[in-house]
Amino acid sequence: MEGLLFLTFATIAVLCAVNLVLQTHPISSALSLIAVQLIVYAGAIMVLFVFVIMLLNTGAEKRPARKVLVTWISLPLLFTFIALAAMLIGAQVPKTETVTFGGFAGGTTLSVGRALFTQYLLPFEITSILILVAILGAVVLARKEI
Amino acid sequence: MELPLSLPTAVPLSWFLILSAILFMLGIAGFLLRRNIITVFMSIELMLNAVNLTFVTFSYRLKQVDGHIFSFFVMVVAAAEAAVGLAIILTVYKNRSTLEIDEVSSMKL
Repeated sequence: MEGLLFLTFATIAVLCAVNLVLQTHPISSALSLIAVQLIVYAGAIMVLFVFVIMLLNTGAEKRPARKVLVTWISLPLLFTFIALAAMLIGAQVPKTETVTFGGFAGGTTLSVGRALFTQYLLPFEITSILILVAILGAVVLARKEI
Repeated sequence: MELPLSLPTAVPLSWFLILSAILFMLGIAGFLLRRNIITVFMSIELMLNAVNLTFVTFSYRLKQVDGHIFSFFVMVVAAAEAAVGLAIILTVYKNRSTLEIDEVSSMKL
């Protein structure tokens, strides 16, 4: 049951990621990325992406694709790295380590909130400053005369 | 490692890490191979999400909430980065009327 669900969602995620990389039109890529990161991002970040893409109204990439040599080097390199990572992870993590639903009951709102407001209070506050700076930066960059 | 022929009842922990690695590699590939600046930016988001998956997996393994909190912080940083980055992209497009990264190779206009 868990294996089936994991394989389903993992396949969806990987296919969407491949689609994101392969699409030449940014709006198609954006829709793929939305499917990958449905939960939090679709509400905040991806709407921003789609908004900017629509605002700029860009077409597909006009220039020809990368040279054939680049494709023939990069694709085997990509698969090599993936296989290497899978091999290393498979060698390091014992097979008896499994994930079951409800195996870790600590990720509740209560425990996360408690850790956030005690142990991680300073990073939490610094994050708010970071967001404030980001807002100011976005507003400054969006002015007319730059 | 050989693939099991029948589905296991519980998912091995390493599968999550391998999935995360695959997503991260695809993000790197998109970052290096794409030309559109927005697609490059979205590849960065993909890499951040892959790292989030790793954090949550280790949070499960170690039975601690620290991984959850780290992934929250990563999401917050990604949101701030998206806001500033998209504003920069808008400014670049306003000044140069292009989104091809190869044409935006010099800082002076």
